Formats: sequence, C-alpha cells, structure tokens
Amino acid sequence: MTGSLTLVVLMAVMFGAGISIMLERSLTRVLIGFLLVGNAVNVLIYLMSGAPGLAPILGEGVDADEISDPLPQAFVLTAIVINLGITAFMLALIYRSWWLAQLGAKGDLVDDEEEDLHDAEEAADLIRISAADDAAIQELIEASDEEPEEDLEFEAVARDRAEQDPTAHDRTDGEADR
Amino acid sequence: MTAALVPLVVLLPLLGAASALILGRHRRAQMLVSTAVLAGVVVIASILLATVDAGEPIAVNVGAWPAPFGIVLVVDRLSAIMLLVSAIVLLVVLVYAVGQGVADRHRETPVSIFHPSYLILSAGVFNAFIAGDLFNLYVGFEILLSASYVLLTLGGTGERIRAGVTYIIVSLVSSLFFLSAIALIYGATGTANIAQLSVRIGALPDDVQLMLHLLLLIAFGIKAAVFPLSFWLPDSYPTAPAPVTAVFAGLLTKVGVYAIIRTETVIFSEQDLSLLLMVVGGLTMVIGILGALTQADIKRLLSFTLVSHIGYMIFGIALGTQLGMAATIYYVVHHITVQTTLFLTTGLIERFGGATSINRLAGLLKASPFLAILFFIPALNLGGIPPFSGFLGKTGLFLAGGEQAAADPATAWLVWVVIAAGAVTSLITLYALTRFWNMAFWRGREELDGYESVLLGSVLEAPEGATVTATKTTPRLMVAATTVLVVVTVLLTVFAGPLFGLADRAAENLVDPSVYVSLVFPGGVQ
Repeated sequence: MTGSLTLVVLMAVMFGAGISIMLERSLTRVLIGFLLVGNAVNVLIYLMSGAPGLAPILGEGVDADEISDPLPQAFVLTAIVINLGITAFMLALIYRSWWLAQLGAKGDLVDDEEEDLHDAEEAADLIRISAADDAAIQELIEASDEEPEEDLEFEAVARDRAEQDPTAHDRTDGEADR
Repeated sequence: MTAALVPLVVLLPLLGAASALILGRHRRAQMLVSTAVLAGVVVIASILLATVDAGEPIAVNVGAWPAPFGIVLVVDRLSAIMLLVSAIVLLVVLVYAVGQGVADRHRETPVSIFHPSYLILSAGVFNAFIAGDLFNLYVGFEILLSASYVLLTLGGTGERIRAGVTYIIVSLVSSLFFLSAIALIYGATGTANIAQLSVRIGALPDDVQLMLHLLLLIAFGIKAAVFPLSFWLPDSYPTAPAPVTAVFAGLLTKVGVYAIIRTETVIFSEQDLSLLLMVVGGLTMVIGILGALTQADIKRLLSFTLVSHIGYMIFGIALGTQLGMAATIYYVVHHITVQTTLFLTTGLIERFGGATSINRLAGLLKASPFLAILFFIPALNLGGIPPFSGFLGKTGLFLAGGEQAAADPATAWLVWVVIAAGAVTSLITLYALTRFWNMAFWRGREELDGYESVLLGSVLEAPEGATVTATKTTPRLMVAATTVLVVVTVLLTVFAGPLFGLADRAAENLVDPSVYVSLVFPGGVQ
C-alpha cells in the first residue's frame, strides 16, 4: 500500500494539535480540538484507501484495478456529516452553558415574564377562592332550602362571603381582559 | 419473507421520529405514533426471534448489494434476543414517560422534542444490534449517541448542561477511538465487514492484531462503562429525567457490552485477551460497588451499581466458553430489565417522597405499600437473592467460571479470585440497597429529625444537592408501566429454564465464529 507522506504529516499534526487543545478547560477549545481530531481521523481513513487512482466509476474501458477504493470515501463522507451534526449541537450546548454562566436560570425569563408569572399566580388564587366561595354559597342556598330554621345564621355568613366575592370576580375579569 | 422485516426494525422508529416531529403540536397524536411504532417493533422482534430460534438466522443485503460491498444486516439468536428485550423496555419506558409528561407540564420537560429523540435513540440501538459491518455499527452508535445528547440535556437546566458536557465529550472521544480503529482495520484488511474480518484478521501479525483489538475494546469499554473507563457514568446519568436515566442505564451500556461480545467472539476470535478482560471485569465489579456504598442519593447509588454489574458481563465474556456466554446473555437480559425497573421506581419515589436522598426519605412503606413492593422485588433481584433472575445469572456465571478453572489450572486462581469478587460485590449490592430500603421505607416519618446511625456515617450527598421539586401526584400510567416491568423481571425467573436454553443456543453460535461467517457468506469467503 502506498500513501502520501504529506497527508501522513498533516494527519499527525492535526491529531497532536487537536488532542492538546481538547485538554483545555474552555468548551469552545474542546470543540475546536474535536474538529481537528475528527478531521485527522477522516484523513486517516482516506489514507487507508491507498494510492490515488481514477474516479471510482466503472464503465466502458475502465480497468477495475486502476480506480481508487470508493469505500473509504463513503466512510469519510458519512463521518463528515456526523461531525457536522455534532458540531452544531455542541455549539448550541456551548452557547447555552455560556448563557447559564452569565445570566443563570433567570436569564430564561423575558423581561415582563416574571411579572406575568406573578400575575398569573395571583389570578389563579383569586379564581380558586371565588370558586370555593361560590361552592360555599351554593351549599348554603341548598341547605337553606331544606332547613329553614337555621336560615338566619347562614344568611349572615353568605352575605359576608358574597361581599368579598364580587370584588374577586371583578379583578379576575380584569386579569383575563389584559 | 421474514427477511423483509429486518430493515423495518430501524426504519419504523426513524419514520416514527419524523412524523412525531411533524406532529409536535399535537401531544396525543405524537404519543400515539411513538407508542404504535415501538409496539410494532416489539411484534417484529418477536417474529424475528421465533424465526431465528427455529434455526434459520437471517442476513439481509440492503439494496441487494452483495455482502462485502453493501450493507449487511445480520440477525442471529443474540441479535434477536437483544432486539426483543430492548424493544420491550423502550416501549414500557415510553408509556412511563407519557404518564409523567401528562402529569407535569413545565419548561423542564418539553415533550414535543422528547418523542422524536426517543424514537431516534431506539433506531440507533436497534441498528447497532443488527449491524453486520463495523461501519454500520459506528453509524448505529452515532445515531443513538446524538439522540442521547439531546435527551440528557432536555430542558437545558444548568445541572443537566453540566452533566451533559461530561457525557458528550467522553462519548465523542470514544467515537473517535472507534472511527480510528475502523480506519486502521480497513487499512490492514481491506474490509469492514464483520464476517469477512473474522476470516482475514488472523493473517495479520500478532502485534498489529493486538493494537487493533485494544483500540476497539477501549472504544466499546467507554460505552459499556468498564473500569477504568467508567468514571463519566455516575456523574452524567442521574441528572436526566427519570425515564431517560432508566433507558440509558438499561440499554446504552448494554450496546457497548454487545459490541464487546461481537469483538471477542467473531472479529478477534483467535486472539485471546481473556486475562485482561477478567482482571478488568473483577475490578469493575469491586470498585463500582465500593462507589455505591458511599452514596446517599439513590440515583447515584444505582448508577454505581450499574457500573459494578457490567463487571459480571465482562467476566462472562472473558471466560469465552459456551456456558460462560450463555450465562452472560442471560445476565444481560436480566440486568437490562432490572436496572431499568429500579430507575423507574426511583422516579416514583422521587415524586412520592419528594427527595432521592437516603437522609431525607422516610416512612414510605406506610405511605405507599405498593411502591415499597415495586422497589423491594427488583432490589432483591439485583442483589442476587434466590429465586430471582439475578441469583440465577450469577450462579450461571460462577458455574462457568468453575468449569473454566478446572479446565485450565494455569489461570484457575485468577478465575476463583474474580468469582470471590463477584460474590462479595453481590453482597455489598444487597447491603447498599437494603440500607436504602431500611431508611426510606422502614424508618418512620417521625424519626427523620436528628436521626443518627452508623449506617449513615459514611454516605455523601450528591454534589449538586437536592433539586427535587415538591411532591406531585403520581399518575396511574407511571405506576402501571413500572409494575409491568417488575412483572417482567419476575417472569425472567419463572421462565428461566426456556430462557437459559435460548441463551445457550445463542451462545452455541457465538463460540464458533464460522457459524456467523457462513451466515453472511453462504458461498464461502476469501
């Protein structure tokens, strides 16, 4: 098997440089190192196809012994595509980890989102309270239908609750409109 | 006829992933698609296993390109067993994940990308199990790894990104090792076809063989988390969502183990590295389980037991005898199901008890007796208590070891040492899990404050601290899925006889590489 010395040297340099960069702490450098080593491996695969020959297309008058080995080329193409996808993911990951380091989880909230979140909680509380009140009133009304003698006491309670209630309703409505 | 089903095992999940992505906004449709796809694969895998076990292994030349040039998909008994078990586990965990996704909708679990990634992960796992040449195996690995990167960093919280970075970089390095190994093997032999390699690799000089062999073993060893290449696992798995951790723990390491089995039995069948594997296997067991002893967090504890129990499989592979291989296959099946079950149960404990630390959980037995059963059975099973499958698998391995020691007196002492290590490891596993059981389930809720015990003297909290959110409801679907898997682990015991017979027949093909070769090249190979 014959191969090009230039490619061997290139591969060795890329391997060496890539591995030493990969050992750095910064993620971006690790990614650059990975790219270098990944491409060094691609060159290695290409080297394994031996001496270059004709384009690997069999046709009239082409001797099968004179063409380049097509299989390593297919390997390299696949490996390049895989590397591309992983690089894209790594870049997103690096950006995300930079984002978290700079801003923390709070950075995820849009400016007014935190406020909205607060409002939403408040609204939910109001709805819950008013629903509970509605239910209580309903119960009282039903109870009053059946047991007229306790009417007075219950009515008083119901009136108290009802006084709180309309305001709650108004506020939730306002919330929904906004 | 059944040959046409083989490519479907990979195609279905990939198509399913595409449609799940398109259906991103329709949760129900998405769930339906992914469940249907995985259920379909379970059916196909059962048909394949039945066909293959009837005595006709299948080799498919994709696109009708003849074997050394085109892509070959090979299904023999081992592949079919792995396909079926992983398909079942993936399906059950998907149901569990659906249950969880329905229960809590917040930004940390964006379900719309979960389903496509999960299906792509399945496609990668299945592809790795049926790959007939090294490069296709590499592609299978890359598919499952890319999907696993997404699943591990799901939601992009600080904790998961940090864990994900370790995992991704380690995986990338292992992929680079694997790809370099393929390049060098291709350069040395002119082929990447596993069956053809089996014939050609013997012609290489011994030292070249040794180097290629070690390169492959390092690449697969990182994936299988074999000591000393296992350091990354306990740091990265526990932070993921419960169903993701469960699937990773159950399947991803086993794909590495599967690749090691193929390397040892088919590709480098003539070169013997069994001494190295045996030492490494023994060390993996002992060091892994010592790590588990000091963990307060149940997820980290289980991650360490996962590393430790990979050692048993490596030991079985190192034995290389038919009995050893059969026991290894049975053990792989046992370990996939039981480890996944334990992680799923942990997910339930986390929701129910609101914590995963041994120092903060108590009184669960009284609060939820059913959850206690779901934890107790697989815990005993992993610890190797008879009559569960963990006990049967270990007994099989130890029997094979004893046989090997008798046959080869020169290395007998080493085999006995590793068997002893295995027995001790199994006891320590039991100790670690029952300690968790005692604290989390048996201890009363009221004892929790100011509790002191020698048992808790040496445990360390997870470095990230507990980030578990308050108790939420536990959906029925999650409990049902876990229960199904617990039942499966018990069935492994009930049907141990037929299963061990199946594993034995699979091992019969493994110890003789010419079976695999004649399967891919019925007309002989040069």
